Amino acid sequence: MSEQLVYAMEVFLNGLMAGVLYALVALGFVLIYKASGIFNYAQGVMALFAAATLVGIMKGQVPFSHLINAVFDTDIHHFGWHLPALAGILLAAAFMVLLAWMVQKFVFRHLVGQEPIILFMATIGLAYFLEGFSDLMWGSEIKKLDVGLPQGMNTWIDEATFKIFDYGFFIDNLDIVATIIAAILVFALVLFSQYTKEGRAMRAVADDHQAALSVGINLNFVWVMVWSLAGFVALVAGIMWGTKSGVQFSLSLIALKALPVLMLGGFTSIPGAIVGGLIIGVGEKLFEFAIGPMVGGATENWFAYVLALIFLVFRPQGLFGEKIIERV
Amino acid sequence: MFYREAGDYKTTYQDDNQTFPIKFDRYRYYFVLVVAFALIPFMLNDYWVNAIFMPFLIYSIAAIGLNILVGYCGQVSLGTGGFMAVGAYACYKFMTGIDIWLGGVQYALPPINIFFSVLLAGGVTAFVGVLFGLPSLRIKGFYLAVATLAAQFFLVWLFNKWEWAYNYSASGQINAPERFVFGVPVTGPNTEAWATYLFCLVFLTIVAVLARNLTRGSSGRKWMAIRDMDIAAEIIGVNPLKAKLTAFAVSSFFIGISGALFFSVYLGAVEVGEAFGINKSFLVLFMVIIGGLGSIFGSFAGAAFLVLLPVLLKNVLVSGLGWPTDLAAHFEFLIVGALIIGFLIAEPHGLAQLWRVAKEKLRLWPFPH
Repeated sequence: MSEQLVYAMEVFLNGLMAGVLYALVALGFVLIYKASGIFNYAQGVMALFAAATLVGIMKGQVPFSHLINAVFDTDIHHFGWHLPALAGILLAAAFMVLLAWMVQKFVFRHLVGQEPIILFMATIGLAYFLEGFSDLMWGSEIKKLDVGLPQGMNTWIDEATFKIFDYGFFIDNLDIVATIIAAILVFALVLFSQYTKEGRAMRAVADDHQAALSVGINLNFVWVMVWSLAGFVALVAGIMWGTKSGVQFSLSLIALKALPVLMLGGFTSIPGAIVGGLIIGVGEKLFEFAIGPMVGGATENWFAYVLALIFLVFRPQGLFGEKIIERV
Repeated sequence: MFYREAGDYKTTYQDDNQTFPIKFDRYRYYFVLVVAFALIPFMLNDYWVNAIFMPFLIYSIAAIGLNILVGYCGQVSLGTGGFMAVGAYACYKFMTGIDIWLGGVQYALPPINIFFSVLLAGGVTAFVGVLFGLPSLRIKGFYLAVATLAAQFFLVWLFNKWEWAYNYSASGQINAPERFVFGVPVTGPNTEAWATYLFCLVFLTIVAVLARNLTRGSSGRKWMAIRDMDIAAEIIGVNPLKAKLTAFAVSSFFIGISGALFFSVYLGAVEVGEAFGINKSFLVLFMVIIGGLGSIFGSFAGAAFLVLLPVLLKNVLVSGLGWPTDLAAHFEFLIVGALIIGFLIAEPHGLAQLWRVAKEKLRLWPFPH
């Protein structure tokens, strides 16, 4: 087997793993879009916020310490405790639920019935707000996040592939864990939406707001629930990306990575988010590997978008999106 | 008392169809023009021009351009930053003289006057805009918004990698050389405040008059028909291909002009990822939304609002309260975000709508009954 092909296979596998992480972010978008028709640009910042909150809670940072120090001329920064990862994750999840409730109460309850573009703009405003809020609350420096996930090269795969191809594949343990967790998360979400009462209510709201309202479904509750779920997905994505590359501003940009995934898979489809994520992950890695060196590299920034754009010209609703029917 | 049609008699169709049919409106417009052209240039200093007037003028041009696409034609675009970059780099190539290599021989055009460079840069951007506007015929709504991000990322990447575009300079930056209009420098290090101000103002005036008249005329009506319901518009005989692509072309033309001015007159030196990143796209879109979709006045108001807000916040927080700058910057994000949300809740149709309401009130003031 030629060397190039073996390298390409390694790139392919890595792309698959990256794709899973994209899909994880895209999932949060799909959840909210399906249930409320809001295209939530703030999803990436929510991941950043969740991860920063997790780090802050685990390290026992005093919230808003920079602000308090600046205003009152004090010097406080830590409570002086260290929480175990699990407790931190639970507390951070609870915090995301609180955030979901506030978002619903203070923002989107007042915007019911507005045009989609207005709602979209509101989420961009929310993204700005959360970004400033997160920086004020926990500081803007790059934070290390360690919840005990395994990291580094997987030696077993390295050895196994070395035996077959005479070349060991570099696969990060963290990526494997992320893949497994994402798979579990998707499975749990599907079970939740298909087999529980709340899940059914969620699907009903997604189908038709007014019909759902008329059979006695509490719209407010469903929306808070959906935002909480999206917050939880953001937390998981934040943990994965935060462990991988530190909790920092660039974390919020993964939302931009998830957008082409959504376009490819369709805004309304959970399987679409997964398949789209995999296609984008593999596609951009292979393109960078094959064509990148010829045009100066760094093609990953735009390849996903251009791929999605070309794809959309042929299938405007994405791979699994609901068919767009237009009536006058 | 103000804005009253009563007593304002019109005897010709021409009078009836003029841009500002109400006398008070018309005089106010002349007044603003006189103040902007004849009064402000004498009272400027460098700080005012660089911190407030120049960004305001240039962003107004961009906001008018984007408003035509989003507000009048209903095609949401997040590629503004990329199109501004096209304008900036095209302007740079024109003002330094375009060179083409054919069979190992270099053919170079002489440098073109800065005024025409900016206009030509707008033309190039219009062409690129039409190219990226083509998918809009199949893709609609959010899908299109995200698709225009492809333009944003691709164009920024292109100008980072394409050495010809920045004349093979080692730093990858483009620097505006000194250029003159009527013997007065408007770009480069030796400019004077009033000259750069007037240069941008001339472009803004041209763009605003053009935009106002285009949107009042048949092309504007076609755009609005497409915006309100594209299928219905198609049935009554509006050609969606032509309408959408002209909207993309005109919008990109204006945005290209603003990008060219932003680089050549305002910043002087530009690194593409920094100056024309995705944040620019969002900033201009915010201006359009806060100002008011589908309103030329709204574009001005939105640009003024978002240019003044950070200056104001910085003055209050850093100079007034003595906070560290990084904290103030975070606070700025928080406040801008909260304001946008607050605005959308209170008045989703933007500042222009507030202005319309105020005008209605002023008509009857001081005797509303």
